[in-house]
Formats: sequence, C-alpha cells, structure tokens
Amino acid sequence: MYSEQVMDHFTNPRNVGEIDNPDGVGQVGNAKCGDIMKVTLKIKDDIIEDVKFKTFGCGAAIATSSMSTELIKGKNIHEALKITNKAVAEALGGLPPVKMHCSVLAEEAVKMAIEDYLSKQK
Amino acid sequence: MEQRIYLDHAATTYTKPEVLEEMLPYFTKAYGNPSSVHSFGREARRALDKARKRTAEALKADPVEIYFTSGGSEADNWAIKGVALANKNKGDHIITTSIEHPAVLDTCRYLEKEGFKVTYLPVDQYGMVSVKDVEKAITDKTILISVMMANNEIGTIQPIKEIGQIAKEHKVYFHTDAVQAIGSIPIDVNDLNVDLLSLSAHKFYGPNGVGALYIRKGVKIGPYIHGGAQERNKRAGTENLAGIIGLGKAIELAVENMEKNNKKLIGMRDRLIKEIMSKVEYTRLNGHPEKRLPGNVNLSFEFIEGEALLLSLDLKGIAGSSGSACTSGSLDPSHVLLAIGLSHEIAHGSLRLTLGDDNTDQEIDYVIEVLPEIVNRLREMSPLFAQDKGGLEYV
Ligand SMILES: Cc1ncc(COP(=O)(O)O)c(C=O)c1O
Ligand code: FES
Repeated sequence: MYSEQVMDHFTNPRNVGEIDNPDGVGQVGNAKCGDIMKVTLKIKDDIIEDVKFKTFGCGAAIATSSMSTELIKGKNIHEALKITNKAVAEALGGLPPVKMHCSVLAEEAVKMAIEDYLSKQK
Repeated sequence: MEQRIYLDHAATTYTKPEVLEEMLPYFTKAYGNPSSVHSFGREARRALDKARKRTAEALKADPVEIYFTSGGSEADNWAIKGVALANKNKGDHIITTSIEHPAVLDTCRYLEKEGFKVTYLPVDQYGMVSVKDVEKAITDKTILISVMMANNEIGTIQPIKEIGQIAKEHKVYFHTDAVQAIGSIPIDVNDLNVDLLSLSAHKFYGPNGVGALYIRKGVKIGPYIHGGAQERNKRAGTENLAGIIGLGKAIELAVENMEKNNKKLIGMRDRLIKEIMSKVEYTRLNGHPEKRLPGNVNLSFEFIEGEALLLSLDLKGIAGSSGSACTSGSLDPSHVLLAIGLSHEIAHGSLRLTLGDDNTDQEIDYVIEVLPEIVNRLREMSPLFAQDKGGLEYV
C-alpha cells in the first residue's frame, strides 16, 4: 500500500526529536483521526539550520513528517513556507488517497513553527 | 530474519491440509450436482448430507436445522432480515448490542430504514452485555434478540445461556453470531436456548466463502436467496459442494481438538499478555480478563498509533491487526473499543494479536522480545509521550 520511499522514511525517520530552546515551535492535531505532530526549529538569519519533529500517528504521518523536515532543512523560511503537502507526498512517491490528509498535518506544523518564529521577531 | 508469524487468526485461518484433502475430489472427480438424479448427483448428495450431519453434531443440533450459506455475513443477514420480515405482523422491535460485527449492525441499521426499531445495548468496560439490560429492553413488540457469542476484536465471551433463557421465557427468537466461537467454546444449541446461530468455515481452519446458519425447527423465517429448491427451499443456488465438505471436516476437527487447543492457546495468550504488560508501561488489556477467547490478545499502548505499530511489526515478520482510526479507512476508531469506553487516543494505540493452532512458544517469545522495542521506538517519536508521562485519561 505504501511506496518504498514512505517505508524508508517510516523505518528510518530523519530528524526525530525536539530542539532545546527552539526558535520556532508548531504543534498541530489532525482533526480527522486525532493524530498530533510537533515541529521545533533552529533558525539563523531566516535560514532553517535545524529541524526536529515528533509525531503521534500512522505510517504516512510519520513518513510525511520526516520528509517535510528534510525538505525544509537548510532552506530560507520563505521558501520553506511554500512547500505544500502535495509536494511532500510527491517527494515520497505518492500516498494512498485515504492517507493524503496525514500529509496536511506536516505542512501545518511546519507553517505554524515558522510563524511562531516570525511572531517572535517582531 | 524472514521468519513470518501469523497472529491474525480472528481475521482468517489457513485451511488445514486434512480439510483440503477431503475437499479436492469434489472439484475434479465427484463434481456432480447434488440435485441430479444420476450416480454423480447421488454421490454429491451423500457428501453434502455427511457435511450437514457433521455440522449438526458440532452444535448438538438436528441435520435438518443446518443451512449452508456463503459465510458468516450471509448467515447474519439472513437470520436477522429473515426473522424480521417473517414476523413483522407480531412486532417490529429487535434487540442487539453495540459491539456486534458489522454484518449484524449494518443489517439492523438497514432494517431501521425499513421501519423496524432496534435497541443497541451498551456493554461494560470489559465488553460484557448485561443480561438484565436484555430483559429490560424486551417489549411486547420484540421479535428478535441478536447477541454475539464472542467478540471478534476484544474476545469477550457473552452470557449466551442466560440470554437464551430470558429469550425463551419471553418467547422472543434468539440469534447468536458464533463465528468466532466455533472450536473455542463448547456449543449445545438446546442447552443455550439459541434459535439461530451463524458460523463461518474460514475462522476454524476451513475454506473461505462458506458458512452456515442453524435454524431451530419451527422458527418462522423466509428464504434468503430465492430460486431453486436447495437447502430445503430456503437458500437457492447450486451448493458450494467442496466448500461445504471442507466446512464439515473443519468443524468436526475443531470440536475434537477444542480442549487440547484451548489449553495451549490460553497458556500462550496469558503469557503474552502478562509479559508485554509487565515490560511495557502505560498498556491496558482490552476485553474481559477471564471470559475471553483462548486465542485473543487485545492491548492498547498509550501515546502511539496502531497502524504504525502494525507496519513495524510486519517489518519484523509479525502479522496483527488494530482498531485504530488510521487503519479503518473510515477514520473512526473501532466501534467496539469506543463501546467499552476507550478514548480515541487509547483506541488509537490498540493492537489485536489472535493466536491459532499453528503458533509456537518460540513465536510468542519472539513477539515478547520485539514488541516492547517497537513500542518504545514509536513512543520516542511521539510528542505525547514526553509531555504526558502520567498517562492519558481512559474515559
Ligand atoms: C463475529 C463475526 N461475524 C461475522 C463475520 C463475517 O464472516 P464472513 O467473513 O464469513 O462473512 C466475522 C468475520 O470477520 C466475524 O468475526
Ligand atoms: S495519521 Fe491517521 S490516518 Fe494517517
């Protein structure tokens, strides 16, 4: 049911954990099935130097969390904000239709963490 | 590794070689139609009669009370719709429970749309139906009570004999879905006061796509499939002869081996439950601690999600199932886990391992070794684990 890339990110998730004293934090719940993802960011000069995640959810939720952190790591925050759940799903070689909503969780958590950082800059 | 361990026997079982062996000639040699007059037909008829006799003996019923179907779902559908339609001049009320298999629940919901009234009784925290609740729910319009003998998800065994007694006293028909019970619970339809009983061969080491409905003599029920005169004019269609032969052999073996098997399964089940619960904190057992199917283990691991757990187990060669919302396709957790009062979060982390007669102590050892590691790995990824080590609310 899952692609090789999904299984790879599920078995060896990248960037699991939590950054101490993060510059941005985002935690969102998935209204659909009750899953939760938390993203912490280390940001310097608008560049995402480090990112870590924790996810309470299915295989697709864990894999999309892992892939999103890979996609935004080292990127400028404005670029990172443009990454959609569709792009994450594509990078994973696609997701089953019933699992598309899981990828929304990752997109939202990343956005919330960056917005948290931006709000602290003001 | 490449060791594969099948712990999903409640979903389906393998077909035993001795069952398959009895079935095979009925595809290629004794392929007659049991309704035909010639020797081929007579040969098939004799085999059909033998399977019916074996099935009846397993339930302490009379062979004329056994009707073969395409499986458990058809038997459930027929029992409920058949009794409802044939008795609607007497009443329009059906009593069932909130933890039935969808084959019963959805049939009842369908009948509600057709104007029948259905009471879905609650269960306690162990998944047990209260006999008193059943009695209280009976009205002068009640025509049928349907309560499963044992639950497919959490394994809880219901007080069928007591409910049967009450149904009899109130002259209400009593149906039980015994799909998970055959080969695990001794059954005597007269002792239990059951009027209709569903079973399905692929749950007791027989083939898929064949089952039976026991209908007590005198029960008012119409045919389910209209057409030819098969199954005493009640279930038309040329018989799935090889499948029925397989069912007959499988049910005979299941009853023969029940005591020995149960002893072995209960030993493995209780060891698995005890070891996992002592090795993994924040774990709860779902279902009744004692009144449960010999092969059923159902645990909830807090802070993690069941599909991720199943994928991880599968990578280690272990096949299980889960009532998590993420595995359901509908994005709702299992109705059974919700009915026993679990929160969505706890239902999320549920794992069902159902043991069968091909499992070994070594396999159980292996599960006891790898399952805690998997749970810990997923918990380390879970934002809830660090935040809330005090445990989630159970309500
Ligand atoms: C309790 C119960 N009833 C009914 C069924 C349906 O049986 P079948 O798959 O033979 O239609 C099952 C099987 O999943 C079951 O566990
Ligand atoms: S997180 Fe629930 S289905 Fe993916």
